[in-house]
Amino acid sequence: MTRKSRRLWLVVACMIGLGSAAALTLNAFSSNIVFFMAPSQVHSKPPPADRTIRLGGMVVAGSVHQEKVKDAPVAIFDVTDGQAAVTVRYEGILPDLFREGQSVVAVGTVNPDGTFRASEVLAKHDETYMPKEVAEELRRSGKWDPRFGKAPDAASWNTMTAADNAKKPATQTP
Amino acid sequence: MNPELGNFALALACCMAAGQAILPLIGASRRDARLMALAPALAVGQMIALITSFACLIHAAITNDFSVQNVAANSAVSKPLLYKITGVWGNHEGSVLLWAMILSICGGAVALFGRNLPSALQARVIAVLGGVAAGFELFCLTTSNPFARVWPAPMDGQGMNPLLQDPGLAFHPPILYTGYVGFAVPFAFAIAALIEGRVDAAWGRWVRPWAVAAWCFLTCGIAMGSWWSYYVLGWGGYWFWDPVENASLIPWLTGTALVHSAIVVEKREALKIWTVLLAIGTFSFSLSGTFLVRSGILNSVHAFANDPARGVFILGLLALVIGGSLLLFAIRAPQLTTGGLFAPVSREGLLVLNNILLCSICAVVLTGTMYPPFMSLLFGKTISVGKPFFDATTIPLAIPLMVFMGFGPMMPWKRAQMWPVLRRLWWAACVTAVALVVATFQMREILPVLATATAVWVICSSVADIAERLRLFRQPLGQSWQRARSLPRAVFGAALAHAGVGIVVLGIAGMSQAAHRIVEVHVGQSEMLAGDSWTLTDVKPAEGPNYTALVATIEVRHNGKLVTTLHPSKRTFASQHQTTTEVAIHTNLMADIYGVLGDKHGDDANPTYVLRLHYNPLAPWMWLGGLIMAFGGALSLSDRRVRVGAPRRAKTVDVVVVQ
Repeated sequence: MTRKSRRLWLVVACMIGLGSAAALTLNAFSSNIVFFMAPSQVHSKPPPADRTIRLGGMVVAGSVHQEKVKDAPVAIFDVTDGQAAVTVRYEGILPDLFREGQSVVAVGTVNPDGTFRASEVLAKHDETYMPKEVAEELRRSGKWDPRFGKAPDAASWNTMTAADNAKKPATQTP
Repeated sequence: MNPELGNFALALACCMAAGQAILPLIGASRRDARLMALAPALAVGQMIALITSFACLIHAAITNDFSVQNVAANSAVSKPLLYKITGVWGNHEGSVLLWAMILSICGGAVALFGRNLPSALQARVIAVLGGVAAGFELFCLTTSNPFARVWPAPMDGQGMNPLLQDPGLAFHPPILYTGYVGFAVPFAFAIAALIEGRVDAAWGRWVRPWAVAAWCFLTCGIAMGSWWSYYVLGWGGYWFWDPVENASLIPWLTGTALVHSAIVVEKREALKIWTVLLAIGTFSFSLSGTFLVRSGILNSVHAFANDPARGVFILGLLALVIGGSLLLFAIRAPQLTTGGLFAPVSREGLLVLNNILLCSICAVVLTGTMYPPFMSLLFGKTISVGKPFFDATTIPLAIPLMVFMGFGPMMPWKRAQMWPVLRRLWWAACVTAVALVVATFQMREILPVLATATAVWVICSSVADIAERLRLFRQPLGQSWQRARSLPRAVFGAALAHAGVGIVVLGIAGMSQAAHRIVEVHVGQSEMLAGDSWTLTDVKPAEGPNYTALVATIEVRHNGKLVTTLHPSKRTFASQHQTTTEVAIHTNLMADIYGVLGDKHGDDANPTYVLRLHYNPLAPWMWLGGLIMAFGGALSLSDRRVRVGAPRRAKTVDVVVVQ
């Protein structure tokens, strides 16, 4: 083998390695990126049924209840960003830090009837911290400006939201 | 008094590190033996000072000195002694101090064990380590001082997150940090070589033991972290692909590539520039991993807002270390002599393939980790990338890597023929084919099937490699035994490490077949999962030292015979308003039976309980394989050649060109 063909071999091997890595990445990005959406965005632009999204917001106080489907417990609760609410159905054990009136992120898909089927519910926060995406959405919806102190009490959030929901029948859960 | 002593020792260490960074460099360039001799002395002095400083912080935590702000914020009188000690590194300030202390121990180790190095090289290596240490000790002193006092001192501390009060987490950070920081030594060797303008076989031989040692610790640390998230967080999985985990995986991938490419430098004097770049890259990833991701600068802009000084300092330091070393590389690398090119079918050819594939996997993981924070910083879009992305990208690259891994150790250097290698591996190939067929019937998806087959292939070819070297079954056993005793331990170490990878992958493939069910049951009710019948027989309240718990009793029976009794529980910590889930795991090394107690529903007269039941086949193999890998690395470090054979540098630099 000549020197030239050896060098060629090395270059081709590198190209194949990095090329396949790039191809795999692009391919996976097109199908596997998970977008974050607030409940109002889900209402205005519902994503396709097979698209996994992260839904984030506050758990509406008093909305959490349980149902039993074929022996498996299903937790049902509403998630709100202060403008709209989405009903989340989650088959599983809610995390230890899950509370009514606190922020939560659910990963899953939107059903045709507008409810959200969660495959995972994340509540990785303590009493003072809320997930960045949720804080951002609250700020964007104009309910909370981080410059003027910390987030308002969870209880006041939910009264605001409940009133909003009552005005908009579209956001009522079916 | 005591915290002041610690603070003083820290400041003293910082001064010594600054001296260590400057004086030996001047000495090495002027060939001044007295200045160069300062390097080991300063490195050992800095190590002693930092160990003293760290001991002072531990003393403050043990004696409940709540006038120290760090202790007040993270400890409490009622905390058990073990967690008072481990709590020292469970927070930002303490962990930075631990980081600096491990770095100074690395410097001390180079000073003590590196006596056979040429004095100029040793002086430069220690100087580079001193420079990095000085930067982080200054960071510790100015922006995150663990010895800061608080006045008035509180009567009791605020306590520690109950989730962190776990023996697994007690030892995970020091081991992981030793892995991260250990790569500072190959980094320092790379910088010293660039300053000297000389990389040769002896350099490769000096670097490799340090890289292997760091790699062992990092492997162990990652395995322990994964084990902790498996049995403490109680979500049934073992790897979340979150940025903190990826931050440890990325330097592991490049570190693995470094360990292999240094062999080529040592044996064939090729891939020299590439190895230097890998050494720089691995430590840069370790640094950015620990400090960018862990401090949350990239993840959340709020971390910046909390303490802008801290963020700016750390960014500046990272830019200086990483940017400076890359700049030096760009200037000096073209002056290094390049090694020869070589044939694709040869051991070095396969080691190049190993490097290409490992770096491709690393690039993919890096992209997946960095893309979301950059998207949110630049375009304000919130996206996330999870398990499906990483599965779809890393597994297809890992499978060819594993296939080539089987051939690698069998392949002779320089020019090899495929046929003799294939002939030695025929039985491994047969076993792999059987595994492929069995796996195809057992599992449905294609990736676990391929992963199983390649894992079996890697394990079998490692066995075949050792059997071949011992001439097992072709000679009387006594002669094979004689051969085994004379075979270098590094050969056994490499085979063990490779087999360990196979065992980890088998574990991962097994876990992809895990079954789980979430059920809501009354006491006394039975449910079936994976052929076992699970019965909730009892739920009782219990009292702990600083919590109240609800403890369930689950009996697991297989065909009516009792397999095990699980006691998962749920603890409520009143002081922190927090509940934690205590998982119950029964393992027989072939599978884990894993039970989690969830919420209680219904009224007290007739309550129901939510249970999550997991059957995780081969789960323990993942951590067992990780330990075997680390043990293989340690075994190859204990090789006589590493301890005794002091490599000598060739008088003239001769370039080996292979045609």
